[in-house]
Amino acid sequence: MNAISRPGNPSRRHLLASASAALGAFTLGFRIPLPGEAAAQTGAPASAPAAAPTSAEVNAWVVVKPDDTIVIRIARSEMGQGTLTGLAQLVAEELECDWAKVTTEYPTPGQNLARGRVWGNMSTGGSRGIRESQDYVRKGGAAARMMLVQAAANAWSVPAGECRAAASIVTHMPSGRTTTFGRVAEAAGRLPVPTDVPLKNPADWKVAGQPVLRLDTAAKLNGSQVYGMDLQLPGMLNAAIHACPVFGGKVRSVDSAAAEAMPGVKRVLRVGDNAVAVVADTWWRAKTALDAVNITWDEGEHAAASSAGFAEVLRSALDAPQAAVGNRAGDAAAAIAAAPRKVEAVYSYPHQNHACMEVMNATAVWTPERCEVWTPTQNGEAAHAVAAEASGLPPARCEVHKFHLGGGFGRRAAVHDWVRQAVEIAKQMPGTPVKLVWTREEDMLQGRFHPITMCRMTAGLGAQGNLAGLHMRLAGQSIIAGMFPQNIRDGRDPLVFQGLNASSNEADIGYTIPNLLIDHAMRNPHVPPGFWRGVNLNQNTIYLECFLDELAHAAGKDPLEFRRALMANHPKHLAVLNAVAERAGWGTPAAPVDGQPVFRGLSQTHGFGSYVAACAEVSVSEAGVLKIHRIVAATDPGHAVNPQQIAAQVEGSFVYGLSAALYGECTVKDGRIEQTNFDSYQVLRMDEMPKVETIVLPTGGFWGGVGEPTIAVAAPAVLNAIFAATGKRVRDLPLKNTSLRRT
Amino acid sequence: MAKLNVNGQVVEVQAEDDTPLLWALREQLGLTGTKYGCGIAQCGACTVHVDGVAARACAMPVSAFDETQRIVTIEGLSPDASHPIQQAWLALDVPQCGFCQPGMIMAAAALLAATPRPTEAQIREEVTNICRCGTFNRVIAGIQRAAGPATAG
Ligand code: FES
Ligand code: FES
Repeated sequence: MNAISRPGNPSRRHLLASASAALGAFTLGFRIPLPGEAAAQTGAPASAPAAAPTSAEVNAWVVVKPDDTIVIRIARSEMGQGTLTGLAQLVAEELECDWAKVTTEYPTPGQNLARGRVWGNMSTGGSRGIRESQDYVRKGGAAARMMLVQAAANAWSVPAGECRAAASIVTHMPSGRTTTFGRVAEAAGRLPVPTDVPLKNPADWKVAGQPVLRLDTAAKLNGSQVYGMDLQLPGMLNAAIHACPVFGGKVRSVDSAAAEAMPGVKRVLRVGDNAVAVVADTWWRAKTALDAVNITWDEGEHAAASSAGFAEVLRSALDAPQAAVGNRAGDAAAAIAAAPRKVEAVYSYPHQNHACMEVMNATAVWTPERCEVWTPTQNGEAAHAVAAEASGLPPARCEVHKFHLGGGFGRRAAVHDWVRQAVEIAKQMPGTPVKLVWTREEDMLQGRFHPITMCRMTAGLGAQGNLAGLHMRLAGQSIIAGMFPQNIRDGRDPLVFQGLNASSNEADIGYTIPNLLIDHAMRNPHVPPGFWRGVNLNQNTIYLECFLDELAHAAGKDPLEFRRALMANHPKHLAVLNAVAERAGWGTPAAPVDGQPVFRGLSQTHGFGSYVAACAEVSVSEAGVLKIHRIVAATDPGHAVNPQQIAAQVEGSFVYGLSAALYGECTVKDGRIEQTNFDSYQVLRMDEMPKVETIVLPTGGFWGGVGEPTIAVAAPAVLNAIFAATGKRVRDLPLKNTSLRRT
Repeated sequence: MAKLNVNGQVVEVQAEDDTPLLWALREQLGLTGTKYGCGIAQCGACTVHVDGVAARACAMPVSAFDETQRIVTIEGLSPDASHPIQQAWLALDVPQCGFCQPGMIMAAAALLAATPRPTEAQIREEVTNICRCGTFNRVIAGIQRAAGPATAG
């Protein structure tokens, strides 16, 4: 495969060209004549339709260049999860184009707005990138193929039904005449877009469903991939920022005299009511000067808040009489009271930062007429809305240009606080593009954190060791209450029950428990919560899967058999669990490693529409040194668009999930986060990375996401294996806070 | 002002003495392939080669350099992305978001230069870069592939 010479997406040249084209609209003294500029100056959208005059847009999704290069438009964001390639596969499958000539581009949110949201939703979160848009992008590809075939048939004056498309060539079957997509694309683009568009049976897929290589690799190998923080624009200045480290606090006063005298410094600015930025010729000078600015904060009402205080509030909520019910069957309280044996345990899960490798950043330029932003975002439309609001300009006069993200994990999905800051800075320097880049420290302190929760599990075991009743009391923070409080009704956030629902096709409990109560007492500390890759499935799966392991041991049963007895009505959950147990060799002893005995632990869940399971193999030395040797993981996503990218997501999910399990914790003291960089916020590195064997088990008939669900099974599988190895139950994450030493 | 020897060329950079090499590369020389991830020598996103050895550019001021030290960045690793590490990365789809990968590739290339046939244990010990997407297992496989078929255990 000749991928190295394939134009990357978006390459440095492409990006700079489009950036310059967009800037041309401002007539700020940059004179870079480019196609589309004239239109831009007459008031058309500054980012003129991405198709240059020589390329033909067949429909919104497909552009064909005269040399037969196929440009597939991707509305969702690529942040490493492979969605760009997967979506292109789905379009290409129906388009019947030559896969070797496929490239991609992002339409902008401004174009989406101007064209009546022809590309639909741009948000890329909840592992929804493919599953939510697969139907209409496949139809987009199929419609484009029908138009290309029709255009060829028209040129030959033959019925379209006698023509077929394959590998970007249209053939008139009776005569054997052929033409290429490139030759008929312009005519095809003038045809009406068909409305009745049948799709292939996935069983007939040739490009989709295949483990093809990603389209976006080449530029990531030689430094040419331009990320948001790499952007260079003519005349651009750089900004570093410091916001009040106590959430809800404000700037009281600023002494910037020393900073203003430092080399390269242009301005010291207030940003909103809670931040100070330094704008300089280079970012390093801006950052250095920022360190010299003396800021006095009004820390506000949360100045004394601490993690210990949050824990107290959550613990008392474990007994609160008021709680929103997420799942109920039978009478759990009565069954537990009547059971011969009661088992109880309290678990907790901490705040965590996403810690994307690329820190938050955005470049903005503002004039009274227009505002333009360049930023890595999981949701271009949401970034666009924030840019419009902050700029004070109507949305049609704003534009956002997206990049491949240097990680997203949910941080760049819902709120765009850094975009607001960038626009507020740019607004104070009309006509000058300013690139705002956070320090890692700012990124750590100003996160949108994994919600903090506790859980009390209470169960009644029957005479035969059967699970007679279970009460799962969740207590803690609601992401929805923090981000979209208007969506909370009667103190109920349905998302807190991820993985525990009775039936949602999205995130359902995999066990039938005759008497069950799962409820949530919402308590919201002031630390702003965010969607953190895996979201609430992460802690819910730990609570349920570790406690089931506890119950199995209390009942004297094998953890796999104990689960199986509850899973008869959940065949898809059971199938992935069985798959990992079988592959890992559950029931037979694991071979020792370096003289240490190896133990196994299991976990399964359903989230983001997919069924996932894991079996972890660990050893723990007498001194308490944990080694995670191997993990077998299974995923049933319904339809598997690219199995090797699913495997990549599963492997990566263990890095993210095990980082969380072992180290992930943001603690609060004096109202602010204590962890400021990767020295105090440790993450998993290569020396601790287990081998991962991925089983992809697509059973068809539904579309599940793959970027997130596996994270949830990482920690419980390892915790259950640690118990098997040591007899210790670790119920408070992260593991680093508990000694596994046995003497 | 400092004189740097970067990717085979001697260049002068206008920067304060304490400016980290990382920011001189990115801002004075426009070599943005070298990434900022932490600024405190923790993550390896800024890894470059100095006289063939992997070094974290965020933690070295430009004043520590003169034109005799050969600095190589990701842009200068090979003229056409043909370094065995780059080829192995391409074949195995190693990058996810890719942001850590310039540093990862430079660390891997330096490891192979010093230890052409590293064991898996050596790879795990020597490459300490952070990748939040979690490409570690493909990084290990990529280094082994680039090293050639004879590597073991
Ligand atoms: S930026 Fe240099 S090690 Fe992280
Ligand atoms: S590939 Fe994204 S951080 Fe490594």
